[in-house]
Amino acid sequence: MDLNYSAEEAAFREDVRAWLASNLPQDLKQKVASYAHLSKDDLLRWHRILAKQGWVAPAWPKEWGGTGWNVVQRYIFEEELGYAGAPPLIPFGLTMCAAVLLRFGTESQKRRFLPRIYDGDDFWCQGYSEPGSGSDLASLKTKAVRKGDEYIVNGQKIWTTLAHYADWIFCLVRTDPSVERRQEGISFILIDMKTHGITVRPLMLMDGAHEVNEVFFDDVRVPAENLVHEEGKGWTVAKYLLGYERMNTGRIGESKRQLAALQEFGSTLSKNDLRFRDRLSRLEIELMALEITNLRFLDRMRRTGQPPGADVSMLKIKGTEIQQGITELMLQAADPAASDAFTEAVRKKYLSMRKTTIYAGSNEIQRNIIAKMTLGL
Amino acid sequence: MNFDYNEEQQLLADSVRRFLAKDYDFEARRKIVASEHGWSPKAWSTFAEMGLTGLAFPAEHGGFGGGAVDLMGVMEAFGEALVVEPYLATLMGGLAVARSPLARTILPAVIEGKMKLAFAHTEKGARYDLGVVRTQARKSAEGWLLEGEKAGVVGAPAADRLVVSAAASDGIGLFLAENPAAKPYRTMDEMRAADPVFRGAKAERLEGGMELVEALTDLATALVCAEAVGAMKFACDTTLEYLKTRRQFGVPIGTFQALQHRMVDMFIAQEQARSMACLACSKVDQSTDPKERARAVSAAKIKIADSARHVSQESVQLHGGMGMSEELKVSHSFRRLTAIAGQFGDADHHLARFATL
Repeated sequence: MDLNYSAEEAAFREDVRAWLASNLPQDLKQKVASYAHLSKDDLLRWHRILAKQGWVAPAWPKEWGGTGWNVVQRYIFEEELGYAGAPPLIPFGLTMCAAVLLRFGTESQKRRFLPRIYDGDDFWCQGYSEPGSGSDLASLKTKAVRKGDEYIVNGQKIWTTLAHYADWIFCLVRTDPSVERRQEGISFILIDMKTHGITVRPLMLMDGAHEVNEVFFDDVRVPAENLVHEEGKGWTVAKYLLGYERMNTGRIGESKRQLAALQEFGSTLSKNDLRFRDRLSRLEIELMALEITNLRFLDRMRRTGQPPGADVSMLKIKGTEIQQGITELMLQAADPAASDAFTEAVRKKYLSMRKTTIYAGSNEIQRNIIAKMTLGL
Repeated sequence: MNFDYNEEQQLLADSVRRFLAKDYDFEARRKIVASEHGWSPKAWSTFAEMGLTGLAFPAEHGGFGGGAVDLMGVMEAFGEALVVEPYLATLMGGLAVARSPLARTILPAVIEGKMKLAFAHTEKGARYDLGVVRTQARKSAEGWLLEGEKAGVVGAPAADRLVVSAAASDGIGLFLAENPAAKPYRTMDEMRAADPVFRGAKAERLEGGMELVEALTDLATALVCAEAVGAMKFACDTTLEYLKTRRQFGVPIGTFQALQHRMVDMFIAQEQARSMACLACSKVDQSTDPKERARAVSAAKIKIADSARHVSQESVQLHGGMGMSEELKVSHSFRRLTAIAGQFGDADHHLARFATL
């Protein structure tokens, strides 16, 4: 047993850190540190800086622009991005759609979409949730009816993150309402957001930010060639995606940076209030435990060459609890009488972070997954 | 980075597990606990045959020079089986002796399984403050004499000798003394302890003082973290099994989501505890800086205390009335986990310590 990184891994981390120190634009770093709004341009600027360096999609196969790094190097890289305070890389194209295309896409689909995702030419969003289909995703109703070499799509998606920035949306749609097993009637298709009949309506959240949307489809005509995998196999695709690349759901690097900021921001209170000090210590220790648990998963993956089991869901549960815990203590540490911009941002951040235990499979769904798949209940 | 035991560690842990499964099941343990002295000479001699009694001691005295990580798998297995023999007490006592010339006579006997020791440090009212030592050591013409009272010394009734901390004119020192006959009692977790009293008792001074007490306590704390992981594993496994077999309302109770989620949280707590036990044991072995070591150990102990409480309480609750029953092992793992949560400092104590490091 040895919890230390190897000399090569430590050197790799130093390389990444040094590169970030000179290539992460100060204004973006500052925006992230102050919880400021990141515009589409901000997100794309950082995306393109990484793309130019060849680091925007480390997990892809080398032929499509991947770096060839192993799981530990990828983890270190993501940790360093978070720790440095880089803007997030929006996962819908780079991580999600790409993973699906690489696994299920045709050669021409890969050639058509992957380079544009890599270069940041297409901004993607994810069309999964519907008003009546949240955790029970397989009950989704948005229909796609095949007519000649087109699908006609009608229905509505909701909570669609950054749909107002997006050029494309990947959607789960119902292509066959008649099958008994409802999962078998679902297909995975790619839709150009500029297509006639698509309406995007903002959904304002309690922090006042416009991040998610409703997306309406009204007789939207989608070329049949935009179907990924076979018709009726959309659920297989969705399940593959759920199990893919969940190793950074813990967001260790980002939480480390935010915890350090919290320790600084709350240092006075921490000295004067032992109850606060102890809450802060417990949070720090939770993060230590999560980091080591995450490394144990990585070590297992590296040695077995197998993707993580369903128990990896615990990283999402603990990681999001910690992210929320940090913003909660930030809120507590803030002077109740203060109304400066940063304090206001701290309060909004607390509001905003409640989403983390709900999105990407609520923490209750993650517990269902562990109960069923890992514990056999 | 590597979270596996090496081949030797794994082989040892496996053979300890095999022995415990065969000769130390719940029934066998019940008989040991009910016996007059509350420990099994047969089990102890097997520990010696397997090399466990020498694992932590220097090779020059016939030991294997093992560190915390070498002991982890053993402690986990002991935790799972709820072993009551004074293994940790003897280990701490032996390590306290190891630096001194006396080690030449004491350690070979310990390693052979012929001698057991205990570490008599705590006193009434000191709670978890290691610095509170009122027992006095005075140098006389006949050598060192001890005067004072120790309390809650686990393993003392079975110990052939005691390592005793006492305040000497040059600071806190460690002494090897005969075991005064103090009335044994049973701890909440079914081990045997005593409150030895020294009235001008002759003792031999050992090398090392407070720094060694702290180092030994950190090591022992890391080891009970590993033991707790084993006990939590038992509590989780047995509760999961119960959820799958116990039927109410015509179905296994494990089909109820309210219970499934609680079971998942127990499972996660156990995994997080395991991670922190790995951290504590590795740091105890690798840190040259006592502060770094203490920080990792306190962090681990906080997490283990919290998860031990969580897992043990839930394991009883999910068993319903059966969880309260003396007849089920889960009520015994509950007791051990409750004791471990406080052993060498509870979460509050370690939170206070963590904040100073």
